[in-house]
Amino acid sequence: MDLRVCHLYPDLLNLYGDRGNVLVLERRCRDRGIDVSVTRARVGDALDARTQDLIFLGGGEDRQQGVAVVDLRRRAADLGAAAASGTVILAVCGSYQLLGHVYHPAEGPALEGVHLLDLETRHPGRGARRLIGNIAIECSLPGVGALVGFENHGGVTDLGAGATPLGRVRVGYGNNGEDKTEGAMQGTIFGTYLHGPLLPKNPSFADALIGLALRRRFGEVRLAPLDDDVESAARRAALARIGASYPTDRWRGRGAASS
Amino acid sequence: MSLRALVGITLGKLVGRLSRLLRAGGGTTMPGRVARAVDPAIIAHLAADLRLGSVLVSGTNGKTTTARLIASCCERGGWRVTHNRAGANLHAGVAAALVSRTSAIGRARGEIGVFEVDELALPRAARDLRPRLIVLTNLYRDQLDRYGEIDHIAARWHDALSALGPGTTVLFNADDPAVTAIVARLSLPAVPFGIEDDRCGRPSLEDAADARYCYRCGTPFTYRVVFLSHAGKYACPRCGTARPDPCVRADAITLRGTTGASASIAWDNGTHLTVDTALPGLYNVYNVLAAAAAAAHLGVSKETIRVTLSTFTPAFGRGERLTWNGVALQILLGKNPAGFNELLRTVASASPTALLIAINDLTADGTDVSWLWDVEFEMLRDLPSTVTVSGLRAHDMALRLKYAGLPTDRVRIIEDLPQALRVAAADAGTGGTLILLPTYTAMLQARDALRSMGVARGFWED
Ligand SMILES: [Zn+2]
Repeated sequence: MDLRVCHLYPDLLNLYGDRGNVLVLERRCRDRGIDVSVTRARVGDALDARTQDLIFLGGGEDRQQGVAVVDLRRRAADLGAAAASGTVILAVCGSYQLLGHVYHPAEGPALEGVHLLDLETRHPGRGARRLIGNIAIECSLPGVGALVGFENHGGVTDLGAGATPLGRVRVGYGNNGEDKTEGAMQGTIFGTYLHGPLLPKNPSFADALIGLALRRRFGEVRLAPLDDDVESAARRAALARIGASYPTDRWRGRGAASS
Repeated sequence: MSLRALVGITLGKLVGRLSRLLRAGGGTTMPGRVARAVDPAIIAHLAADLRLGSVLVSGTNGKTTTARLIASCCERGGWRVTHNRAGANLHAGVAAALVSRTSAIGRARGEIGVFEVDELALPRAARDLRPRLIVLTNLYRDQLDRYGEIDHIAARWHDALSALGPGTTVLFNADDPAVTAIVARLSLPAVPFGIEDDRCGRPSLEDAADARYCYRCGTPFTYRVVFLSHAGKYACPRCGTARPDPCVRADAITLRGTTGASASIAWDNGTHLTVDTALPGLYNVYNVLAAAAAAAHLGVSKETIRVTLSTFTPAFGRGERLTWNGVALQILLGKNPAGFNELLRTVASASPTALLIAINDLTADGTDVSWLWDVEFEMLRDLPSTVTVSGLRAHDMALRLKYAGLPTDRVRIIEDLPQALRVAAADAGTGGTLILLPTYTAMLQARDALRSMGVARGFWED
């Protein structure tokens, strides 16, 4: 069994330690005896997205995203077809915004996205606060539990009917700082503001993505459990640091009371 | 001198004396805060009295060491220098330095000001000080939660520098395309410096390098050699934009692990000098080069520069070597991926008997520790020693090391830093070497711990 991972724009969208996610996907497969190939595709490179099981995109500065989106539009149909065939796409931070319909910047013309996720993002204006800080969400995927990370975005995102939130915000801002939604899922496409190294401290989410990506060519695969002591300790420490209670079932109680 | 400025000076001095007396800390900025509260224009007033003008040093990495080196050259050259203390690099720190070097009747004791300023503080400091020289070291991604993207800082620097007249010269790192892009659009007199010795470089960029794309046309730069993060000999294959030829160059570089480096520094007019410094790593060769170029521009003699740079004692956290119970202890501050990668390269070549990494996520460190995944900790894989991790984000660091390929039994987690220091020193053993790589607040914490054990001096003593 093998997993074909593509890191799209690793030199362009790599703002917050995004490559950590690829390291985790590789390691968690290899530790289970699953071979992994990682293709690094840059602007202009030939890539048949439909040959890939999992495509990852990170975040970039405004200028870099401007360069990336031009190339991304050229690949939109191919990426859409791949996702329809079961390829998992994970986009964090800036690239999450680009997968939507449109980005309205603080000033200047709107930036058209690639319409793979039913969402829109707008920047509320030069003086608006950035949404920065530690964040914890309760993931909507069954069995995944809490996701912990860091967000840093100026744009606020609203989901359309075609996308469902990746999770509910417990601590932090999420999509827009208002409706408590965070991220988006649409078929096998996932987007989130939990930027940079999202997967290292959230191994259950990493495994959910790996399982889903393998399903395309190998059907339902049972992933062997791994020694996650270091991951669990880092998760617990991070959750404690941001003042979220743990484990997640206690969270649900608290969330229900406040919503 | 206005009455208002005098009152500000008097009150500022009083507060400074009190905080030193009480050892309350804050002595490096409080006098400045008080003086500015009384007279918001205090920096401009006091700077105008500096007979030989002032020098500003800014950039992501190296500004503290570079400014200290320049100040030392000026002092040895016979000038009385007003210089802000390490870390006190916002407006209050600059004001505090000026206040403390002004007599009670408002007369400046310093002849020349040498100030390191935070990247975001540079615009206002430049406006208030009207410096004769601005030294720009580099621009790397750093604490994105606080500084934002480097394009954002670059835009603010450009706006600030555009407002200055030709009385200001910009001395800049030609190897850094992000810095060069700013200076290229200015009409100020500019002097580029850079490293010539290709043997110190590598053939390709690291993952986390930022300014890979031509700032004129967006084409990826091609690099003949990469020295440090995105600094190197770059050129755009499409529009011809390229690294400017430096007017001050470092060549024939020898790096001696964590114990120092030597280099030959040459000027366009044919003069040159050979510097042997206790400051370790290629990143410090840049600092020494920038300082030599700045001091020469100010008129310090080459021989004075050579002696100063070759006898300079590194500061705490920036290469200083301490001895603690028979263990040689060296603390090297790491703040961002570019800096940390260079530290790891230096540490890996030195093979210490014990290594301690302390990561905090307080405001001064950056509250987002995502950057740990941009650092190539894979370089530690072949280090024989156990690695101890500490600080508020010790567990994040341990996780990063796991994915860097270090076996988990070679990584020990001790969140409490004083305790971690003791254990790591015991690991090193008598006659051994312990290297501590801390973030900023972890460095201050280590300093407090070592001071209480009589190993390091207090911050009010340097
Ligand atoms: Zn070009």
